[in-house]
Amino acid sequence: MTSQAHDQPAVVATAPSAPHSSMPSLGSLVRRPEVGSLIGMVAVLVFFSIFGGANFMSAGGAASWLNVASELGIIALPVGLLMIAGHLDLSVGSMVPASSMTIAILSGHYDLPIIVGILAALGLGLAVGFINGVLVIRTKVPSFVVTLATLFALAGLTLGLSIILSGSTSVALKSGPIAKLVFGDYLGGKFQVTLFWWIAIVLIVGFILNFSRFGNWILAMGGDAVSARNAGIPTDRVTIALFMSSSLCAAFVGMSQAILYNSAQVAAGQSFIFNSIIAVVIGGVLLTGGYGSVVGIVLGTLTFAIVNQGIFYTGFDANWASLIIGVLLLAAVLMNNTFRTMALTYSPRTKTRAR
Amino acid sequence: MTTPLLRLTGINKSFGPIDVLHDISLEVNRGEVLCLLGDNGAGKSTLIKILSGVHKPTSGRMEMDGKSVEFGSPRDASDHGIATVHQFGGTFPLMSIGRSFFVGAEPTRRWGPLTIYDRKRANEIAVTEMRQLGITRIDDGDRLVGGLSGGERQALAIARAVHFGASVLILDEPTAALGVKEAAHVLRIVLQARRKGIAVIFITHNVVHALTVGDHFAVLIRGSKAADFRKGEKSREAITDLMAGGEQMAELEAEIESFSATNDAPRDGAHA
Repeated sequence: MTSQAHDQPAVVATAPSAPHSSMPSLGSLVRRPEVGSLIGMVAVLVFFSIFGGANFMSAGGAASWLNVASELGIIALPVGLLMIAGHLDLSVGSMVPASSMTIAILSGHYDLPIIVGILAALGLGLAVGFINGVLVIRTKVPSFVVTLATLFALAGLTLGLSIILSGSTSVALKSGPIAKLVFGDYLGGKFQVTLFWWIAIVLIVGFILNFSRFGNWILAMGGDAVSARNAGIPTDRVTIALFMSSSLCAAFVGMSQAILYNSAQVAAGQSFIFNSIIAVVIGGVLLTGGYGSVVGIVLGTLTFAIVNQGIFYTGFDANWASLIIGVLLLAAVLMNNTFRTMALTYSPRTKTRAR
Repeated sequence: MTTPLLRLTGINKSFGPIDVLHDISLEVNRGEVLCLLGDNGAGKSTLIKILSGVHKPTSGRMEMDGKSVEFGSPRDASDHGIATVHQFGGTFPLMSIGRSFFVGAEPTRRWGPLTIYDRKRANEIAVTEMRQLGITRIDDGDRLVGGLSGGERQALAIARAVHFGASVLILDEPTAALGVKEAAHVLRIVLQARRKGIAVIFITHNVVHALTVGDHFAVLIRGSKAADFRKGEKSREAITDLMAGGEQMAELEAEIESFSATNDAPRDGAHA
């Protein structure tokens, strides 16, 4: 139901780059760090347009990668914000099936109204995010480890409870026409409605990062958490809010998948762990925090989805997709590093000065 | 005489069984530069951390404007007007100048129903404040802090402190990592801050820099105040000796001399 058989590209590199803020002058536009991500996306688009034939660029072809991009993008955006703030969230991989199973068991197995299932699934997302956030700030254990722990704990919990409650690892869900239309339908038979949710979340996250004070706090925390706290930023609250938003978005995707496919499986969604990180990193977000842009994350998500789906339109064996993504990831990181360095040294009057 | 802006009386600090500071008493007045001198490990950093609210003194009294104060957090200290600028100044290399200038105190404006970060105003103020400190190269607040030189970052951090109304400015080795020209620029900025009536506490182990800007000097040796004197009361050599612990410096110099003699190398003294 989610992306195909390949979901284990290793993420090793530290990644780079993205921009400062809104509305730059034309001159600085070419120096913007997203340029690297843009070049990458255009390159894979051109590549698959050539090798994928007419089908790839048809509405059906575009829908296939846009659908993948929309689900991944909804998760990648808040994960990207977390990464800009210097954290990681691996638990999204369990959050997606946990949320799917929650709505399927409540509204499918127990026949409760669909709205109960929806609210419970999203509520679970907020709760898991809250726990992640509190654990990270209280224990001071790196978020990588904390969310790795919750990834496994939540997966176990989902499996165990599903068996106890429904006796199965796969539960059917019948949702009404309204829920279908809002969360899990195909427009024109091809495009998932999650596309519109993705666009909405892009706008929200873009606003937060570029136009709100909160966005500045996120950047500052990722740059230097201690200085950020000394400057009066409520770093604990921001951290918890960010973890809650990433879990909420993962829960949203799980919930809408269950509605779309009329069923939920315990094992779905693990691919989102690395895929979201890859999309964010290709998009130029610095893995160590302090730097990143929404435009970049969107481009990274599209790039990933194009490669992931485009391979099926070519004559190549689909197993090569992971190889391409691996190479692409490394190339993107290197390119983003270059553009970030250019952005750092960018001076309108290119005048160098002795140090 | 007027009450000093900041007065420390009998400050002690120990971490467990280790005494780091003994009985430190200091006074800083408005529009005055107090140079805190000392070798590595003399307790300068601990003293700064007490002043900036990172640590609480084990005992002793801190007063501002004659009123007793206690800082529970760095935030608390900065609310009292104490701003600390560390050696590398700008701590957010990948943020724009405007954004990092206003971290935690972002200017906002209305945009329809929303309150948004006022990037234009932030950039304008940041650039103007830096210009006032003589950094004229910067005219675009969207540039990243990481693209600034070390001295420019110091200037940015000092400009920030001044803009937000700091009355005590603590500069922790601001010139240590800088070249000669940049260090001179930072020293000029220190004097500018002094002229604005700010009390500056200038931490350094560079005696020349200290003598250039200082009105008042305190030397720390192994956690105690070894000397406290005003401008012109002691020579550079005397101060260097004090910092290194008096006779030890003479011994050290003799040692270097004999080493030079036996190795037939040209004399090359310590820094400063």
